Amino acid sequence: MTLLGLLEREPSHGYDLKRDYDAYFGRGKQLPFGQVYATLGRLARDGKVMAGDAEPGEGPDRKRYAITETGRDEVDAWLADPVEPEPHLQTVLFAKVTLALMLGKPAEAYLDTQRSAHIRRMQQLTEIKRTGPLIDVLLADHALFHLEADLRWIDLTSARLAELAEVVRNP
Amino acid sequence: MNTPAVRRGCLLEARDVVKSFGQTAALRGASVAGAQGEILAIMGPSGSGKSTLLHCLAGIFRPDRGEVWFDGRRLDALDEAERTRLRRTAFGFVFQFGQLVPELMAADNVALPLLLNRTKRKAAYKTAETWLDRLGIGDKGANRTGELSGGEAQRVAVARALALAPKVIFADEPTGSLDSLTGEKVMDLLTGLAREAGTTVVIVTHDARVAAYADRVVMVRDGLVSGDLGAVGDQVSAAKAVR
Repeated sequence: MTLLGLLEREPSHGYDLKRDYDAYFGRGKQLPFGQVYATLGRLARDGKVMAGDAEPGEGPDRKRYAITETGRDEVDAWLADPVEPEPHLQTVLFAKVTLALMLGKPAEAYLDTQRSAHIRRMQQLTEIKRTGPLIDVLLADHALFHLEADLRWIDLTSARLAELAEVVRNP
Repeated sequence: MNTPAVRRGCLLEARDVVKSFGQTAALRGASVAGAQGEILAIMGPSGSGKSTLLHCLAGIFRPDRGEVWFDGRRLDALDEAERTRLRRTAFGFVFQFGQLVPELMAADNVALPLLLNRTKRKAAYKTAETWLDRLGIGDKGANRTGELSGGEAQRVAVARALALAPKVIFADEPTGSLDSLTGEKVMDLLTGLAREAGTTVVIVTHDARVAAYADRVVMVRDGLVSGDLGAVGDQVSAAKAVR
C-alpha cells in the first residue's frame, strides 16, 4: 500500500520507488528489488497501476508505472481507515512483573531496571531529534510517546506492587 | 567541616540532605552531584521531594541536616545575605510559569537581574537584546511579558537565566505549562545554549521526555535519590548506532 501511495505522487520506475521507500520508510530495513517488482506486478494485475511501454535499455527497470483511478480510491480508503489500536495487554513487561510477584522475586528492582533502559533509549531518541532530519524527528517522536506511555505504566505499577502481590499470590 | 567537594569536576553537591516541613519529611537523606557543564535531570512523582531537593541545591531552603556544596563552598553554612548574593550572581532560575514581571517589557525582565548586579544600564540592555535574539524573540523586547504567549514568556525566562552567565541554571518543570511542541523548543534552546556556554543545568521534572534532554537522569522517591537512570556516556555512542 505504501508503494501504491508513493505512485500517487507521479508515475515512477521501480528503482525510484525503492529509493524513496528506503529513504522515508526503510529505517535500516531496505526493500528488496524483487519485492518491489512483485508488488508492482500484483498491483498491475489488480488494475491499481498501469505499466507503461518498456523503454529502451537493459534490466527490469524499463517500465514506468502510473496509478489508476482504482488505485487512487484504494489509497484514499487506506488513509481513511484508522490503524487498529493495540492494547498490548500481554506484553513482556506485564509478564515479567506478574511472574516476579508470583515467584516472590524483586519486581520493583526489575521495574527500576526497565525504567533506566527506557530513559536511556529516550535520551538516544532525543539526541537523534536534536541532530537529525525532520523525518527522523517524526519517527523519534512516535517512539518517545510510546516509551513515555510505558514509563507511566511502570510508575503506576511500582506504586501498586504491594496490592498486586496480594492478588497474584492469592488469586 | 570545610572539606572541598569530593567528586572530581563536581560543581554542585547535596550530601545526605534531610528537610522536613512540620511533620512531613520531604527529603530523608538525599545525595546528588552535578559536574561542571553537566545537564542533570531530577525526576520523580509529585510529592517525591524533587523540588525540595532543587531548592536546597539552589540555597533557597536550608537543609535540616546534611550538606550542600557549591564550587568548593558549603552553601548551607552561608548566611541568608551571602546565599542571596550567590543566587543573584551564580545561579539562574527558570520556573514553570516563568515568574516574569508582567507589567515590564521582555527586555526589562532580562535586564533586571543584571541591573541588580550593578551592570551599567546600557550594557545590561545590550546583553538582554543579545539573549532575546539568541532565543529567537529579538522582536519581542518591547512587548510586556503579560502580553506574550506561554512559549514566548518561557523563552524570556530562559534568556533572563542565561543573560547572567550563571554557573548553574535551576529549572523547575520548565515546560510544565506549555504544549508539546513549544515545550520541546524551549528545552532545545535551554539545553543547547547552556551546553554552548558550559553552564550546569539542574532540571526538575516529572516528564520523561523533558528528562531525556539531560546528560544524566536521577530519580527521587520518598525523599531519597535512587540512583542514575541514564548517563551520557552510553547515550551518544548508542544514538549513532541506531541511525
